[in-house]
Amino acid sequence: MSAFVALDGVSHAYGGAGGTLAVDALSIAVEAGEFAAVVGPSGCGKSTLMKLATGLQFPQLGTISVAGKPVTAPVKIAGMAFQAPTLLPWRTTTENLLLPLEIVQPYRGEMRRRKAEFRERAERLLTSVGLAGQGTKFPWELSGGMQQRTSLCRALIHEPQLLMLDEPFAALDAFTREELWCVIRDLHAARKITVILVTHDLREAVFLADRVFVMSSRPGRVLAEKRIDLPRPRDLEVTFTQGFQDIVHELRGHIVKARQ
Amino acid sequence: MNRTAIIVRLSPWLFTIGLLVVWEGSCRLFKIPTFFLPPPTLVAQAFVDFAGPLARNSWITLETTMIGFALAVGFGLLLGLLVGWSRTMYAGLYPLMIGFNAIPKVAVVPILVLWFGIGFIPAVLTAFLISFFPIVVNVATGLATIEPELEDVLKALGASKLDIMRKVGIPRTLPYFFGSLKIAITLAFVGSVISESVASNYGIGNLMLQAQAQFQVPLIFAGLVVLAIEGIAMYAAMAILERRMTGWAQRSGFAQS
Repeated sequence: MSAFVALDGVSHAYGGAGGTLAVDALSIAVEAGEFAAVVGPSGCGKSTLMKLATGLQFPQLGTISVAGKPVTAPVKIAGMAFQAPTLLPWRTTTENLLLPLEIVQPYRGEMRRRKAEFRERAERLLTSVGLAGQGTKFPWELSGGMQQRTSLCRALIHEPQLLMLDEPFAALDAFTREELWCVIRDLHAARKITVILVTHDLREAVFLADRVFVMSSRPGRVLAEKRIDLPRPRDLEVTFTQGFQDIVHELRGHIVKARQ
Repeated sequence: MNRTAIIVRLSPWLFTIGLLVVWEGSCRLFKIPTFFLPPPTLVAQAFVDFAGPLARNSWITLETTMIGFALAVGFGLLLGLLVGWSRTMYAGLYPLMIGFNAIPKVAVVPILVLWFGIGFIPAVLTAFLISFFPIVVNVATGLATIEPELEDVLKALGASKLDIMRKVGIPRTLPYFFGSLKIAITLAFVGSVISESVASNYGIGNLMLQAQAQFQVPLIFAGLVVLAIEGIAMYAAMAILERRMTGWAQRSGFAQS
């Protein structure tokens, strides 16, 4: 089976071919429906990976394919969420969720006709992340965790096949972060979508992912790849087991080496 | 309302009255000649004596300012969107605009007079020329400071540049735009008065020039007061407009505290 997201020998430098390499000979393959986590020291080109896989940047060397097709333009089947919720302060929560539908086809053309249905879909999505009835509020009336939930919903409203998450929980407090892990876990389980999560929180990566890729410091390449065989559905309790700790410890060893 | 709140509410009036009292008191105490600095009571007398000319001319100045300002809003908004839209436009136009903005506009008035003759048109154009710059800069800044992550989210969905402009760029620029109007309208006012003083037969600027020639010093000061009042009124109008149009951007309690 060919991978859903495949980066093969990808090198990319900002500022043209002569610039410093952000990633070098990077190869990653993620299966359809798989939850992949990418960890690494800061500045290891994780965000570059995000841009490459979604077609926002094109590599100088190597090939990238998503859903079996080479990436030559923004992929349009991806939803993205970042560390900052980047919600529009002049739109209510529901209106923020509708933003992708106003852009992506076929929803865009049907916006006027199916508006009520889309609003309902937004409300259902909000309910599924524990934000029932918050749709009429403005983002700045929500807490940081609630904003990040909204941001996740916005990434999912157009039912993307690929969800790209760039340190989405990094700015949250520890308890909210763990709550959102469970939100993401459940969304992934319910929708069977492919997720690529970039993070530097090893516990987060191990708890959520089927496979963890460890990247080296700049220029980024994959140093190690670890399959996480913890049975699903995973409960937060699993993070306190010896098996879990061992995996985190092992990955940490890779990162320490990567930083040298 | 507690005591502090009442004092805060009244403080603009108290300070204004205080200034007038100090002014009047100094004039009397130091026996300052009235042709040098007339006391507020004499200025008030000039208001009564010259109510007709003051009203007529201040209306003309207001009209001139508003037309120049309207031109500046239209042109400034367009140019700002253009400059914010394209990096080439930004790189090409920005130095030109800064150079142009650096020219004292009073130096441009003679050229305008050469082209359009003395009167209304040079005053409107001066008001326009002096006030469009802050609008351009603010609109362009609003567009240039779109969060790159948000741009990525939309681009990954296949959004065109026009989509991003419509859905994000323009709405988020509005607070910058309305904020710049407060500055622009004050500048437009300065522009029309400058031009009136140098090259017109109407307006408060011209009235003050004539008052000076006839040595009617209280009338000059009355003209100044009229200018101040008009300036405050226009600024307030723009501040109210800003508040109403972009309530979502004014949620900070900082300015209120």
